[in-house]
Amino acid sequence: MIARPLTAGYSKALITALPPRQTRLTVLKKAVLAAAFAALPSMVQAGAVNVKDWPAVLEKAKGQTVYFHAWGGADRINAYIDWAGAKVKGRYGVTIKHVKVGDTANVVSQIIAEKAAGKEDGGSVDLVWINGENFASLKEKGLLLPMSWAPDLPNYQFADVKGKPTLTTDFTVPTDGLESPWGMAQLSFYYDSAITKEVPKSATALLDWAKAHPGRFAYPKPPDFIGSTFLKQLALELADDPSVLSRPVTEENYKTVSDKLFAYLDALHPYLWREAKAFPDNVSSLKNLLADGEIEIAFTFNPGDASAAIANDELPDTVRSFTFEGGTIGNSHFVAIPFNANAKEGAMVLANFLLSPEAQARKQDPSIWGDPTVLDITSLPNEDKARFDALELGVATLKPEDFGPALPEPHASWMERLEKDWTSHYGVQ
Amino acid sequence: MRFRPLHSAPMLISLLMLGPVLAGLLGALLPTFGWLPVLGGDSLTLEPVRALLATPGLARSIALSLASGLLATLLAMLMVIGLLSAWSGTRLFRWMVRMISPLLSIPHAATALGFAFLLAPSGWIVRMISPELTGWSRPPDWFFPHDPYGLAMIAGLTIKELPFLLLVSLAALPQIEPRRTQNLVRSLGYGPMVGWVHAVWPRLYRQIRLPIFAVIAYASSVVDVALILGPTNPPPLAVQLVRWMSDPNLSMRFLASAGAILQLLVTLAALGIWWGGERMASRLLGCLVQSGLRFQRDEWARRLAASLNVAAVLLMLLSLGGLVLWSFAGFWRFPDAVPVSLSLNTWMRQGPMLMEPLYNAVLIGGLATVVGIVMTLATLEAQSRMGKRSGRSAMVILYLPLIVPQVAFLFGLQLILLTVNASYALWALVFGHLIFTLPYIFLSLSDQWHVLDPRYMQMATALGRSAWAIFWRVRLPMLLRPILTAAAVGFAVSIGQYLPTLLIGGGRWETITTEAVALSAGGNRRLIGVYALMQMLLPFVGFLIATLIPTLFYKDRRGMTPADR
Repeated sequence: MIARPLTAGYSKALITALPPRQTRLTVLKKAVLAAAFAALPSMVQAGAVNVKDWPAVLEKAKGQTVYFHAWGGADRINAYIDWAGAKVKGRYGVTIKHVKVGDTANVVSQIIAEKAAGKEDGGSVDLVWINGENFASLKEKGLLLPMSWAPDLPNYQFADVKGKPTLTTDFTVPTDGLESPWGMAQLSFYYDSAITKEVPKSATALLDWAKAHPGRFAYPKPPDFIGSTFLKQLALELADDPSVLSRPVTEENYKTVSDKLFAYLDALHPYLWREAKAFPDNVSSLKNLLADGEIEIAFTFNPGDASAAIANDELPDTVRSFTFEGGTIGNSHFVAIPFNANAKEGAMVLANFLLSPEAQARKQDPSIWGDPTVLDITSLPNEDKARFDALELGVATLKPEDFGPALPEPHASWMERLEKDWTSHYGVQ
Repeated sequence: MRFRPLHSAPMLISLLMLGPVLAGLLGALLPTFGWLPVLGGDSLTLEPVRALLATPGLARSIALSLASGLLATLLAMLMVIGLLSAWSGTRLFRWMVRMISPLLSIPHAATALGFAFLLAPSGWIVRMISPELTGWSRPPDWFFPHDPYGLAMIAGLTIKELPFLLLVSLAALPQIEPRRTQNLVRSLGYGPMVGWVHAVWPRLYRQIRLPIFAVIAYASSVVDVALILGPTNPPPLAVQLVRWMSDPNLSMRFLASAGAILQLLVTLAALGIWWGGERMASRLLGCLVQSGLRFQRDEWARRLAASLNVAAVLLMLLSLGGLVLWSFAGFWRFPDAVPVSLSLNTWMRQGPMLMEPLYNAVLIGGLATVVGIVMTLATLEAQSRMGKRSGRSAMVILYLPLIVPQVAFLFGLQLILLTVNASYALWALVFGHLIFTLPYIFLSLSDQWHVLDPRYMQMATALGRSAWAIFWRVRLPMLLRPILTAAAVGFAVSIGQYLPTLLIGGGRWETITTEAVALSAGGNRRLIGVYALMQMLLPFVGFLIATLIPTLFYKDRRGMTPADR
């Protein structure tokens, strides 16, 4: 454990900080292509991919190997990616290698290191599972394939761009077609109805509940993704004016928001699991703690998580979900292609497949993964609609109408400050 | 003078051990002072050092690393002393010895995970006695694991290092004929334990001192066990430093390098404190001898030693048992002592995904072992022909990769492998593993090699056989058993390598260990059970082969059965 894959980023960063191995042939090819498209500078940068000519993309993709860097901590997700890889291999002749990463931030630093080392093509990452701060930092530094490719994918026509604003605005940052939607997420809480009878429906109610049930609530240690999300949820709920959080952070509005947040946490921590002297690592440890009865309320970003865990015997079938009345943070997750990807066409073929009704329906099946679709189901042809209608959501999954409003993610700059301050407040005890 | 390739083997092996470590350390030292042009560090500055010293909780992190390194080693060593002095030759002792190989092949991370599940408030032991004995229908709020003093981590490391120290002691003991010495001191009226400590221990200690140093170094810089059992606010230094290394903000690499150098200093400090402790202990023992105290009534100490050792072995077995049970568990809720149902689901799901990691692990481990064995044999044969034995300094060189913390030099080493464009290459990975397997192979084989009665070889020479013929037809067949055992040890070491596989393989070579560690991030005990078992299986098969082949090979040679040797 665990020496866990924490080191992956550093290592890979160094590995790729070196000149690519190029055969003379590829150099020559690139030179010819570069000359041919000299009049179209943006396309040359993009490695001359014209996504609108999809058959040509498929043709070029054939035989490519796509290194798909995606978080590898959940076997259901790994199995799903495996399935997708097999399908894509069978249909399009593209080989998918799932590089299981422990933290997507590592992939970001790897790409940054490749840029620093002048590795302009033949990069080690072809496709990365991403959103939020990681996307923002790659986009800002110009480290993504510099063209709007996602909207031209054939299956993008089904994406629910109108109904789901987070598909085009990722944590307040416009996606600009630089990433292709993969799934939806909204914070929800779950509990074992056999043990817990009353559940809190807001941040303030949660504090009272924790006082009444000392040691039975916990949140993962930020900067873990779900731990940070919990902080954001609190910040949004406690702020007098939540709208300041959707703009870049400034000194004065940071202070008003963070004062409230840390006052709340100071009050909450004595009543947390292990009196907040230790924190769970991530969303999975939170689930284990609930399964073991150590805590009574856990939370997740994936609405299908609890039902899937019941199906997997990881949670008792008396587990149910609930959400805060004022709404909870919601967002989308995506796949993106780095600027120097080696198999750009192959990566697009995979992204397009992941967006297909077939793959999206399978992903939403709680017995497979349980991740909600990004598609507008009403826009689908009938046989694809039937795939979704056939799905059983599971006892512990909230129906879309039971979810409160999806609160927008705060601007990425907030999280940096809050995580840093959290560490200086509670990182050493 | 004619060039003899064989005679360069000892030199080659030292270079192989020394080069990567020194180069790797240099790769960490330069960024510590701000030099890392790739990241824009092109002037020498003390800024990274200053940033390091300003880290909140740094002193606690250092103290935790020191304490875990020293205490875990001390406890494990005392338990070995207790077992050897009080129980040598008994049934209990033989049972312990039989348990060593299987216990050694359990990977550290798996032990720690099993241990955490066993003793946690919602763990197996509490489940077994609840609610009947405790009245708990909900887990109590104990602080285990991750307790702020690192006690869980120290306990976990102690029980894991015990089998290793016992193994090296057993290997060294025959050379110092403990039985005769002990009979002598017993006849002087000393109690069995104190007599053993006076007469046998000082000489045994001299033999196992380097392995003990390796254990101190390991325990003071361990990452995986510390992540699973260690404190979190702040964590031990090694964990902190690995976090810095994976920070998305690349300027943290300077801080991380400074941390790597600090880790080296902390490990050296731990060794220094131990060295001071050695002096004091030998003084104390000297006083004790002079005092003339005989400690004849040591029954209580004997019992204590036995119970501690048995407890440690039982803890490990139960930890493992818990993981096995989890891998087959259906729903298993607190406080049920066993799962409601058993199923093969986890195994069926994981089965297909296990193939590639298993294959890679066998491939890399197999190559690293074969190369390691060939190099070791070449070195030993060269030494024999030149009439030299590796001296003290050569031993220190061999131990260097085991004593310098992995995290301190691997990153620098990786950089160097990359500059020769060896990224992801199989040979680079095998080379990376070799740095760690070779010392173990050499150490487990060299003593056996040198104790082989030279008269066999003299006789063969007298019969007119060439040096190579003697090597192939006398030495190799006679040493088949220790050679295969050394190979199994080397293979087991290779299977367990996490950081080198990850760093040099760039995440593209999935082995059973890298998969196990990645999945353990998800905290799914069923999966962890499956992977820990598979991770254990490979070394176990290795040891099995190492015992079976000689048995078959020596079938018609009674003099070669282990009982007669």
